[in-house]
Amino acid sequence: MDGQDFKIIIGLEVHIQLTNLQTKLFCSCSNDYRGADPNTHICPICISLPGSLPVVNKRAIEFATRLGLALNCKINHKFWFYRKNYFYPDLPKGFQISQYNKAGGKAFGDGGEIQIRLNNHKKVIQINRIHLEEDPGRLVHKGSIATSPYTLVDYNRSGVCLIEIVTEPVIKSPEEAREFLKQLKSIIQYIGISNLELEGSVRVDANISIKGHERSEVKNINSFKEVERALRHEIVRQKNLIKRRKELTQETRHWDEKRRVTISMRTKEFEADYRYFPEQDLVPIVIKDEFIERAKATLPELPNERAIRLRREYLLSEFDSENLVIDKNIADFYEQGVNIDPSFGLEEYKQYCNWLMNSIAGWLNDHNLNLEDTKLQPRHLVDLINFIKDGKITTKIAKSFIGDMMKGSSLTEIMKWKGKTRISDEVLLQKYSKEIINNNPKIVEDCRSNARAIEALIGKIMAKTKGQADPEITREILIDLLKKKSII
Amino acid sequence: MTNLSEKSGYNSMELYKLMGYELRDKLKRKEITLDAIYQSLFERIHATEDLLHSFVHLAEETAINKAREYQSNLKEGKKIGAFHGLPFANKDLISIKNVPTTCCSKILKGFLPPYNATVIDRLYKADAISIGNTNMDEFAMGSSTENSCYGPTYNPWDLSRVPGGSSGGAASSVAAGQTVFALGSDTGGSVRCPASFCGVVGLKPTYGRVSRYGLIAFANSLDQIGCITKCVYDAAFMLEIIAGKDPLDSTSSNIKVDKYTEGLNESIVNKIIGIPEEFFGEGVNKEVKNSVLKAIDTIESLGAKSVEVSIPHLEYTVATYYLICMSEASSNLARFDGLRYGYASESFEGDVYDFIKRTRSEGFGDEVRRRIFLGTYTLSAGYYDMYYIKALKTRALIKKDFNKAFKKCDCIVSPTMPITAFKLGELLDDPIQMYTIDILTCPVNLVGLPAISLPCGFDSNGLPIGFQIIGDFFDEKTILSIAYHLEQELNIYRKMPTLKRGIM
Repeated sequence: MDGQDFKIIIGLEVHIQLTNLQTKLFCSCSNDYRGADPNTHICPICISLPGSLPVVNKRAIEFATRLGLALNCKINHKFWFYRKNYFYPDLPKGFQISQYNKAGGKAFGDGGEIQIRLNNHKKVIQINRIHLEEDPGRLVHKGSIATSPYTLVDYNRSGVCLIEIVTEPVIKSPEEAREFLKQLKSIIQYIGISNLELEGSVRVDANISIKGHERSEVKNINSFKEVERALRHEIVRQKNLIKRRKELTQETRHWDEKRRVTISMRTKEFEADYRYFPEQDLVPIVIKDEFIERAKATLPELPNERAIRLRREYLLSEFDSENLVIDKNIADFYEQGVNIDPSFGLEEYKQYCNWLMNSIAGWLNDHNLNLEDTKLQPRHLVDLINFIKDGKITTKIAKSFIGDMMKGSSLTEIMKWKGKTRISDEVLLQKYSKEIINNNPKIVEDCRSNARAIEALIGKIMAKTKGQADPEITREILIDLLKKKSII
Repeated sequence: MTNLSEKSGYNSMELYKLMGYELRDKLKRKEITLDAIYQSLFERIHATEDLLHSFVHLAEETAINKAREYQSNLKEGKKIGAFHGLPFANKDLISIKNVPTTCCSKILKGFLPPYNATVIDRLYKADAISIGNTNMDEFAMGSSTENSCYGPTYNPWDLSRVPGGSSGGAASSVAAGQTVFALGSDTGGSVRCPASFCGVVGLKPTYGRVSRYGLIAFANSLDQIGCITKCVYDAAFMLEIIAGKDPLDSTSSNIKVDKYTEGLNESIVNKIIGIPEEFFGEGVNKEVKNSVLKAIDTIESLGAKSVEVSIPHLEYTVATYYLICMSEASSNLARFDGLRYGYASESFEGDVYDFIKRTRSEGFGDEVRRRIFLGTYTLSAGYYDMYYIKALKTRALIKKDFNKAFKKCDCIVSPTMPITAFKLGELLDDPIQMYTIDILTCPVNLVGLPAISLPCGFDSNGLPIGFQIIGDFFDEKTILSIAYHLEQELNIYRKMPTLKRGIM
């Protein structure tokens, strides 16, 4: 059974809030509703009072055009918005104004693609279409849905502009999905249409099937990070059913983030009929060539273009340049940093990139922070590289400085007080470490099977130095020594 | 009553009989006061409202206070807007801030709009005063004003008959002298039908000429706000004030608004009147037909020429119209779920869907529910192409017919309604028959053209007959001018209804 060939087919529908717009999609209410009291960012239009009419936010059309261009979509020159009819308390009109690519309707842009890299293989993920639509309001419960004695509705979010990106069903694994979303996020950051760090700015629906079987649609995946997890779960669920020779049914499932499972919402026969038809309170949207040309002219350098330039200007490898550009803030930091010291050359360009992508990125990842959340200065990383080059510090010591550098401290400052209070002298620590290893053969043996045993060795050095040894440098030295002895 | 009006030879009790422009001119010349006008009007309303039931909400106190304010402003020599403090009656589906606006439906019970419709803002800016909201078919769905949750309005020419609809209260209030001006809305004839049945002027402007912002939608690709007045001049005057681009309504047009009142006197010599034979077919009552043909002769006697035109797809318009308006209505009326405003069912026991179901079942009347059901059906998967898409195609064909016809003529004339006012209850159980009488008015909405109805005579029961003039896109000027010449020549527009119950 395990030899059975499971071909996985995934298609994603990614909903992105255009958080960088000032106002909602069809009215002049502020888009910046996060943290506001419920129902304070509303007007007759976005709570759909009788007689109110929508008016399209031109800037939203511009933002969508930017995305269309960045993804290489074919932007449609004329289209109607459509009404998607269904009843739900968060939807005050009883329909959502959206776009539709059937029944005479057209998407905002058709086609397009994003290139991803996975295990050093490149692959193109084709996009089916992108379209604009409005966000509904939000239901608020006391505690959980199941136990809340009431449901409240907050319409602050109602009418906020969403852009939906629909891929072709060409994604073959959760990892590919993750890489696709990473690239998409990067592009959105570069073209400045949304801040995806904001809570609720992203929602993903995923269509998943195993070749030869019915598909399911998993809804309510509320962050990029959750997508990979939800996909993994759903694939295992489907495979298990197939292995047990159970029939899969076409259904819509709900991702329960807390319990980390997908739950069936409805099967195909209960799929809603949305009765799409043109929204005639709006005139057809006409996008002229000049409008597209203007958008193209103001389009910033995109990540893939930047990677090529970085390869050319700083002679970085393809791998390094592509990694470096993913987060625009990191790439900006890089370019600022390497240009501070005119003596920097090929070697330093490479080192600067390594420091950013390894130690700094690792630290950020461990602390679940973004570069812009820290006070790290591009100049301090320049100093670090120079200090190592000049033999003032070793690489290991430099690494132990990262935490303090993130708080904005300069290298000279750190060295000043580190030198006083902590034994970070590598030669001395090397000596102590060798002693401790020689004197504690039992603990060293334990290190073979127990990763935590090394903590005991560090503890002994700390005791010997009365807490003055730098634990991170000590750890690295110990690891080096134990590796040499083939203990770990 | 007051010395002031006696001096000028007018009994203020009779001011309600005057045209809007006459009142305006007398105010300008300080021959009468606003107080006197409002006194006369409200006395008239109190004397007649029990018979007619034109209004569902009266704003007597606020209107009189406002009139006094304008009057004292005038005394102090302050400027006043074009409307000179004159009154208008609002239709119960056009939003006025903090005035109950219910579409004559139980589902909007207690709803107070927090904002003014654009037309209301424009009228207020011109210093017009709203005296109340008029009765109508629920959500403007009907041609008789019998589908109102407040009960029907009665025709001032024969109280046993309907005033037409859906703007029945508006038309009866103007006809009976309860107001001078009235706002209506016209989706398939809702301004022109009651104007025809009540013997007053009803103007439906080009789609996009008047902002729909604040008009509670029935069928949003067809709805247009219009004017119901005692004479053509007043309609032109009112349109000048309410027409024009509104940034809040994307479908409103920025085509320049003509000076309609100034164009009225322009010669109609050599204007070409198109006569579509399809509009004079079998279903048209003989007396109606003869009266309209006589009116055409009158127009020709004034120097205009007539030419035959054809609207070959007229026979499909009723089906097309009802498919489209019901489809749109099913979606437009989805927002009435009882969760935020209006009627909320108290008998619910299940989930939120149960609450929505009960609220809508209890809140909407029969005709509205019928149209929501049918509209939901025609937009459903599997039926969409068969009904909705097909209706759009037919709509395009009808538009083509009119475009072709307007290559040959300046306007198209016909009866407004194939019949005169019918008895209350007569068609209530026969919706198809009720729909069919819209055949001459609804093609105008399907295409989006402007049209006007004015009285051209009376049938043997003494009931008014309506004459319809249809114009090319945004050419309200031509139809108003032709209507004005015809009106002046026929000179029946001052005739007041008797407010008696007809025999038979």
